[in-house]
Amino acid sequence: MFRVLENDEIAPKVHRMVVEAPRIARARQPGQFVIIHCGPQSERIPLTIADARNGTITLFIQAVGDGTREIVSIPAGGDIRDIAGPLGSATHIKAWGRVVCVGGGVGTAVLYPLAKALADGGNDVTTIIGGRSAPFIILRDELAAFSKEVLVTTEDGSMGTKGFVTTELRRLMDDPARRPSAVFAVGPVPMMSAVAEMTRPDGIETIVSLNPIMVDGTGMCGGCRVSVEGEIKFACVDGPEFDAHKVDFRELQSRQNTYKEACCRASAASSPAA
Amino acid sequence: MATPLSTKERMQIARVHMPEQDPCLRACNFSEVNLGLGEALAIQEAQRCLECKNQPCVTGCPVGVRIPEFITRVAAGDFSGAAEILRADNALPATTGRVCPQETQCEEVCVRGKKGEPVGIGWLERFVADWASEHMAPPQPPPERTGRKVCIVGAGPGGLTAAGELARMGHAVTVFEALHDTGGVLRYGIPEFRLPKSIVDREVENLRSLGVAIECNVIVGKTITVDQILQEFDACFIANGAGLPVFLDVPGENFKGVYSANEYLTRVNLMGAYRADAATPVARGSTTVVFGGGNVAMDAVRTARRMGSQRAIIAYRRTRAEMPARLEEIKHAEEEGIEFMFLVAPLEIFGDDKGWVRAVRLQRMELGEPDASGRRRPVPVPGSEFELPCELAIVAIGTRANPLLSNACPGLKLNKWGNIEIDDNGMTSIPGVFAGGDIVRGGATVILAMGDGKKAAGGIDRYLRELSPNSKAA
Ligand SMILES: Cc1cc2nc3c(=O)[nH]c(=O)nc-3n(C[C@H](O)[C@H](O)[C@H](O)COP(=O)(O)OP(=O)(O)OC[C@H]3O[C@@H](n4cnc5c(N)ncnc54)[C@H](O)[C@@H]3O)c2cc1C
Ligand SMILES: Cc1cc2nc3c(=O)[nH]c(=O)nc-3n(C[C@H](O)[C@H](O)[C@H](O)COP(=O)(O)OP(=O)(O)OC[C@H]3O[C@@H](n4cnc5c(N)ncnc54)[C@H](O)[C@@H]3O)c2cc1C
Ligand code: SF4
Ligand code: SF4
Ligand code: FES
Repeated sequence: MFRVLENDEIAPKVHRMVVEAPRIARARQPGQFVIIHCGPQSERIPLTIADARNGTITLFIQAVGDGTREIVSIPAGGDIRDIAGPLGSATHIKAWGRVVCVGGGVGTAVLYPLAKALADGGNDVTTIIGGRSAPFIILRDELAAFSKEVLVTTEDGSMGTKGFVTTELRRLMDDPARRPSAVFAVGPVPMMSAVAEMTRPDGIETIVSLNPIMVDGTGMCGGCRVSVEGEIKFACVDGPEFDAHKVDFRELQSRQNTYKEACCRASAASSPAA
Repeated sequence: MATPLSTKERMQIARVHMPEQDPCLRACNFSEVNLGLGEALAIQEAQRCLECKNQPCVTGCPVGVRIPEFITRVAAGDFSGAAEILRADNALPATTGRVCPQETQCEEVCVRGKKGEPVGIGWLERFVADWASEHMAPPQPPPERTGRKVCIVGAGPGGLTAAGELARMGHAVTVFEALHDTGGVLRYGIPEFRLPKSIVDREVENLRSLGVAIECNVIVGKTITVDQILQEFDACFIANGAGLPVFLDVPGENFKGVYSANEYLTRVNLMGAYRADAATPVARGSTTVVFGGGNVAMDAVRTARRMGSQRAIIAYRRTRAEMPARLEEIKHAEEEGIEFMFLVAPLEIFGDDKGWVRAVRLQRMELGEPDASGRRRPVPVPGSEFELPCELAIVAIGTRANPLLSNACPGLKLNKWGNIEIDDNGMTSIPGVFAGGDIVRGGATVILAMGDGKKAAGGIDRYLRELSPNSKAA
């Protein structure tokens, strides 16, 4: 059992939870995640460790489906049955100089510890966060605490620049005084793919944190496999961070849809006509 | 109680039949296939044992169960006496009685098998273990404590056996398990219809009542390192299994609907995807092809059948004679309508425009010269390629050592396959750190892992006795 110490809704359906997990907190490095499992009928849900201190870990969780909803419904003082981690490889931090960190939707939560580690590592961090509209923009102040600049984009223009994160990224890349030597992007697959295509012609090193569907998170099932330069990699152990220019995003997107589509297939398969 | 039978009388008793669920029914449910022997059948089967002086059957058992001793008691109707013997020799008898490949172990060397059928040792073991769990109190920890602390990595059969042995010796035992539940392959791999999870729960409960502490969600190498374990504990036994799935390395392997057997079985068993109330989904299809010919392939294909596949097909590179699966599983699979395609190997997996598997391309093989394993090597037949439409493809061609633990423990000596090397006592290159089971052997069997656990427990006990008296338990 893992005691929930804090649980605040910081944006619509986005919760910041602080949970007691001394062993995980002690071992955790930026870029790593945990897998949470609430009970015998629940799924195992991977979540990035945003911060770890004093025997606690901090998580930012967007309630998108049953699994994440179940987790955020546990109040402060309640317990989470299973938390396993820290999983995945730590972010490889080096001194790039000027870096741009791009977060889309709940990817911003995954981006946060990565951006912070980059800033702590002496890099000059500019952050771009994007979302559908103003309420979906999360962690702006938290990111501003260590970013040189935080740029916001919304699709409807209700906050910051109207458009996509790539709109701002293009501007930065075209400005010789702000042009990054590395880009870190976390968000929906189409966003990461778009960022990769934007930086590829200029040869700007680009790292993405991938979020395939996972089960165990320890390399046992192979469900999280992604093609990187044509080779099978397990995102839970070899990643989750990879060189964006080598990732097969189309395959990743397709595999992420597995269980959205699986039930339609099953009903088609079992109907007598099929 | 019956008077003892003469050898001649015993020889005349034929092997009993295991009552089973009807194949048509069981192909649609997850309840156990074998229903177990009742008391009368068990006594009858036990009476077939000749109580051989030299006990060949015992040498066929990796944990040395005193087979004739316990069977004699069954024959006499003394089930609790039989259970005492079993419990002392075998930490998980309800499990091994169900999943041991008896035909290549204890029963292979049973004298009665020379002319006719061997004694149903596994079935009797199962009977006694099930009887004991209903009628006997769980085992208790010994009153004398050694004050030593031992850590076990992995709650699979290897780790659980070592834990039980060490607890019985009076050591304080803690098991660290990576997943959220115990049992290892017994829980996530072997399906409910072969090994009900209530049995695994019960065996684990028995260990808990022996005083074994089990902590799940601890991934050694990630949550805690072996070095840190050695600061807290006097010794450690690593039994983290060989849970890294091997893929086919053919084009199309990442299409949706292509699973490793580990993932497919984990979704269904550990995560309960066959139950209506489980959150974890699993893809279904009207035709499922499973690559492989071992127990894992058999479990995957029979599971797919139960999950609704009208056609559930085994595609195996060799022939039936070379299949490593337990005989009983092959027989049960055949009865359940599983199709077997022998001498075929996958060349490519095809997908539809949505990225779902729609067919596999296979090539026919023929058997050539024996390979290193002594089995005849399959050789491709040129021009024999053909396509087999399917909606699910499951890869069950083996597993390798998972490097999660060893990567974080550079002092641990590995062989070229990444398996941990041990000495005759089961000790690794790090003093006080022992290992056994699949992580040492590569994919093997439950009972071999348990044998390793038992041997390592002995090694650990000797190691602890030689340590200076100041323990970490203080
Ligand atoms: C390494 C890793 C780190 C992650 N870190 C965070 C985090 O810090 N905060 C956070 O809120 N989320 C994070 N996620 C995503 C989170 O795990 C998923 O949102 C969650 O598993 C969805 O489960 P569910 O039952 O709530 O929703 P479901 O009902 O399973 O799905 C709801 C919607 O989410 C999509 N979805 C399902 N699984 C994933 C997935 N793995 N990634 C993205 N979308 C998915 C589905 O396609 C569907 O549209 C991370 C994922 C990974 C793999
Ligand atoms: C589907 C299937 C069917 C099988 N059928 C049979 C059969 O019928 N008969 C038979 O004899 N054998 C069978 N086997 C083989 C048998 O199950 C294995 O040989 C046996 O389970 C090995 O035991 P083990 O204790 O070494 O490892 P495992 O059972 O693999 O257990 C290892 C445990 O360690 C945990 N672990 C892994 N890494 C870590 C870590 N870093 N930290 C903490 N914990 C960790 C795992 O989660 C797991 O619980 C089958 C195997 C499979 C996959
Ligand atoms: S443990 Fe396995 S090998 Fe040993 S007697 Fe029992 S069934 Fe036979
Ligand atoms: S070899 Fe067979 S008959 Fe002889 S003691 Fe063992 S089980 Fe009984
Ligand atoms: S989640 Fe199972 S191998 Fe990565």
